[in-house]
Amino acid sequence: MQKEFKLMKGNEAVAEAAIRAGCDGYFGYPITPQSEIMEYLMLEQPEKRTGMVVLQAESEVAAINMVYGGAGCGKRVMTSSSSPGISLKQEGISYMAGAELPCLLVNIVRGGPGLGTIQPSQQDYFQSVKGGGHGDYRVIVLAPASVQEMADFAVLGFDLAFKYRIPTLILSDGIIGQMMEKVVLPEQRPRFTEEEIRKNTPWATVGKTPDRERNVISSLNLIACNQEAHVNDLKKKYDTIEENEVRYETYQCDDAEHVIIAYGSSARISRKAVDLLRAEGRKVGLLRPITLFPFPKKQISDLVAKKVKGFLTVEMSLGQMVEDVKLVVNGQTKVEHYGRVGGSIPTPEEVADAVKSIM
Amino acid sequence: MTEEIIIAGFGGQGVLSMGKILAYSGVMENKEVTWMPSYGPEMRGGTANVSVIISDERISSPIINTFDTAIVLNQPSLDKFEEAVKPGGYLLYDPNGVNTPPTRKDINIYSIEAAAKASELGLAKVFNMIVLGGFLKIKPIVGNEFIRKGLEASLPERHHHLIPENEKAVEIGKELVKEVQKV
Repeated sequence: MQKEFKLMKGNEAVAEAAIRAGCDGYFGYPITPQSEIMEYLMLEQPEKRTGMVVLQAESEVAAINMVYGGAGCGKRVMTSSSSPGISLKQEGISYMAGAELPCLLVNIVRGGPGLGTIQPSQQDYFQSVKGGGHGDYRVIVLAPASVQEMADFAVLGFDLAFKYRIPTLILSDGIIGQMMEKVVLPEQRPRFTEEEIRKNTPWATVGKTPDRERNVISSLNLIACNQEAHVNDLKKKYDTIEENEVRYETYQCDDAEHVIIAYGSSARISRKAVDLLRAEGRKVGLLRPITLFPFPKKQISDLVAKKVKGFLTVEMSLGQMVEDVKLVVNGQTKVEHYGRVGGSIPTPEEVADAVKSIM
Repeated sequence: MTEEIIIAGFGGQGVLSMGKILAYSGVMENKEVTWMPSYGPEMRGGTANVSVIISDERISSPIINTFDTAIVLNQPSLDKFEEAVKPGGYLLYDPNGVNTPPTRKDINIYSIEAAAKASELGLAKVFNMIVLGGFLKIKPIVGNEFIRKGLEASLPERHHHLIPENEKAVEIGKELVKEVQKV
């Protein structure tokens, strides 16, 4: 069958793909630049297509707690917001990490701090990959660089969330959210049936049966030794994720002497910078982390072993991912950062100049 | 082939939808496309712009600051984007409301009296398609049949009866566009 291409905004693509991923419920509160996600869902009325619930909550805090409740029942549930709204949701995300519940989160990042600006930014890297709320926890972080990946990662995000019982975050920004590109949408798959939920998520609170103890969803554990064991179990899960779920893309890295490391929209801009520099005969490559947690540490180590002379991270922030790159490189070679902040976007020419400055 | 275009004008002139129809036509011709709007506060203050890239190859950056073609529909957009045209590139503008015409000597300049024509023919709603026709005359990067398919794909079905009028506007635009300066 010939693939059908649609022209969609990233925000619309993630919304449509969520319906097709068999999502049971979306709970959100509007904020630019991601309001098209809920607008699309409201217009599309998926309750008529699949029975999926779409609900505008009274606040971000309410929305994330609706997600918490739905996830506790073994449902595929999601929320989306932009930076200030995601900050409000962090308490709920921490609770879900503690209670080991799957869900899909989408952050279409805007410039901050505070209410900041509605223009694109990548300032929420630390918040996304280091936990975000309180406590020793991680969420899986997927960083799409195209509208196609916005659609693909809605499906992947739900699957990883359920595979590991962990919140999964799509970390994107106003560029990818607002931009239109062509996209092939995933096939519609059915929502979980009640039988499937009982079978596949035996921890879900769907009513006690005589053959088992009651299920309890909670992140509260007042006995220190029990909580220590729980946190150590979480660590084992994060280690497994680091072992199995690293995703990345390389471009022109084989003979590269200098490598740009960039994710999301910055990786798109950097790819053009690589082309500009290659046209001048300069050996420059690009490593694009697709998962930010787990971070592609081994791939960076391999480049260090290949005697790359220097790395430049390109981020729309003051330099956040650069710290994780430095941890991996551990002083063995040069690591610099180039970024624009506050909603300003670097141009490919600026990035190319920044690479030249570290040569 | 890669064509990097900026379309800029006042909000309400159909700048974003012209870009969308052009991009969708590219999709229909199985090309790679990106459509990146300005969505910031400036669009609420009156000006709107969208950059559209149509290419035979995978598109790297959707963010660009120089263009093969600038299509500008008001003075502020002309002031902003005349400088952003690559040397040897193309500038297409509607002289309506433009008091300071373009001055660069190293780019191809075309004008199209689309606003005046649309008003004369009572076709204000398809003003943007007249401009698109002018662009396609200068740079026939998408075939006519794909413009039709692009219209079908980007307009909701209840508006499909307006497609012939849109196509007519494209043809009017092709007739109307004038060469001002060729390099």
